[in-house]
Amino acid sequence: MTSPGRGPASASGAGVAVAVRDLVKRYDGRAVVDGLSLDVGRGEILGLLGPNGAGKTTTVEIVEGYRRPDGGSVRVLGLDPYRDARALRPRVGIMLQQGGLPPQVRAGEILRLYASFFRDPEDPDALLGRVGLTDAAMRRVKVLSGGERQRLALAIALVGRPEVAILDEPTAGMDPQAKAATRDVVSDLRDSGVSVLLTTHELVDLERLADRIAIVDGGRLVALGTPDELMAGARRRLRFRVAGVLSAAGRVELAGALAAMGSTGGAPQVEEDGPGGAYRVDGVEPTPRLVAALADWCRGRDLLLVEMRAAGGTLEERFLELVGAAGGGTSRVAGGGTSRVAGAAVNGAPAGPIDGGRR
Amino acid sequence: MSSPAALPRMVASQAGMELRLTARRGENLFVTLVLPAALLVFFASVPVLPSEGPSAVDFLLPGAVGLAIMATAFVNLGIATAFERGYGVLKRLGGSPLPRSGLLAAKVAAVAVVEGIGVAILVGVAALALGWRPDPSIAPAVIAAAVVIGTFAFASLGLLLAGALRPEATLAIANAVFVLFLLVGGVILPIAKLPEPLATVARALPSGALTDALRAGFTGSGDALAPLLVLGAWGVVAALLAARTFRWE
Repeated sequence: MTSPGRGPASASGAGVAVAVRDLVKRYDGRAVVDGLSLDVGRGEILGLLGPNGAGKTTTVEIVEGYRRPDGGSVRVLGLDPYRDARALRPRVGIMLQQGGLPPQVRAGEILRLYASFFRDPEDPDALLGRVGLTDAAMRRVKVLSGGERQRLALAIALVGRPEVAILDEPTAGMDPQAKAATRDVVSDLRDSGVSVLLTTHELVDLERLADRIAIVDGGRLVALGTPDELMAGARRRLRFRVAGVLSAAGRVELAGALAAMGSTGGAPQVEEDGPGGAYRVDGVEPTPRLVAALADWCRGRDLLLVEMRAAGGTLEERFLELVGAAGGGTSRVAGGGTSRVAGAAVNGAPAGPIDGGRR
Repeated sequence: MSSPAALPRMVASQAGMELRLTARRGENLFVTLVLPAALLVFFASVPVLPSEGPSAVDFLLPGAVGLAIMATAFVNLGIATAFERGYGVLKRLGGSPLPRSGLLAAKVAAVAVVEGIGVAILVGVAALALGWRPDPSIAPAVIAAAVVIGTFAFASLGLLLAGALRPEATLAIANAVFVLFLLVGGVILPIAKLPEPLATVARALPSGALTDALRAGFTGSGDALAPLLVLGAWGVVAALLAARTFRWE
């Protein structure tokens, strides 16, 4: 069901574990997923990133076979996840956002139960060790912390030695150590050839784990590529920190000085960029002249320039750039009233149908 | 390549899990095992009820068995399944190699085990403490049919609630209906003592049909076919409705 030329670059044939083509899912007439196409290659970790209500969970649940698409197609290991669910269940490991663990059950017990559903499962005790839950084996789910439950759900997803793992927010609610341990487990999956589709809000997860990142917003693909590819398109900005504080008037004066130095591409503005004397120059691209003008202005005021950076910023900024641009209004060509959905998602308003559909 | 375990093995381990979870919930054990036995002992020992022809224990034992079946197949199964649905347990199991039919089979097996224990306790208590002896004309096949069809009917009703309502609503309704069944189901009070038209309604309810059928089996007299048909009709309708309306998440 791959349609050549329409999907992303790596799409086609036996190298693809998950193929999503022109996927559409509507709730109450609103397109929650709106023509999404992406692939997860064999042995690849693909991170699905997007604001709340972007359609991540809906997409993942269609790939898991929980929901049927209203349009487009999904193939997992060449099979239809809804129609061929029986054949796929043993080969796909899933971790739901809501863990689905009964409160009265012990951690080791539920993992052994799921292990018993497979002919050749992982050793449950060893797996508990890998996710750092050996000490929790005899404890009941209801007394586990949120992060421990997440790790237990991850272990359950992996106990059947899946070929594809689909993980919905695997590090949500974890403390930093648990997150690091979880990333190690997921990273090991790639080494053993498991294909992974994961959703997350945590950009660190993606920087550390993802071979490729798909950014979705308003149910559409906004960007897809390796972290380096995504960052390559990032806007450069001049950021700096001075040993002191610039007043509003001082910032206007600096902006004027920078403009006078012949910077190209617009009128510079100097904005606060966090506490402790951090600022950034908006409106113009960093140039050698701009950098020199900044240093010169500081020297003239006897102000120490503590730090200066003219790079492309972080993945987080890039994400906000991409999502902001997509949802910003005019650039988006939206058919059938979907622009309102996209706008709501960008503004962080919960898009009801996704959450509603999940329960 | 990952492959699933054989279906019987999956069902057996899931049934084992269902039983362990039931055993861990004290309220389940109280409703399914303790309450029917306590009612049997209390009303057989304290002469507050209008005694008819047979001795109190002969009347009460089939009623207590019926109550145990309602508590296990309807109240316990329904409430537990509703909460599993609420916690996403059913959804997560749906993503495992255990098919839905296998999950249903495991639940039925667990219900059967709890009912078996319940009936053994009731018969043991009746025989050892209350001097009950089987009627010479007892009809084990009729009793077995009543237990099987009754379990089918009440489990279907329980799952009908569990698959459609919030867990808290299922809890409230299942308990309220259970009390209704206890009062007008011929468990303690003979339906014949109820005023009309309540008695007619009570006989048409699955509770009255179950205890009527059980009494017919225990005494080897009376009509078992009509109540079994009523019970079966409830079961078929509830099962069809449950199959249509059950939401797994």
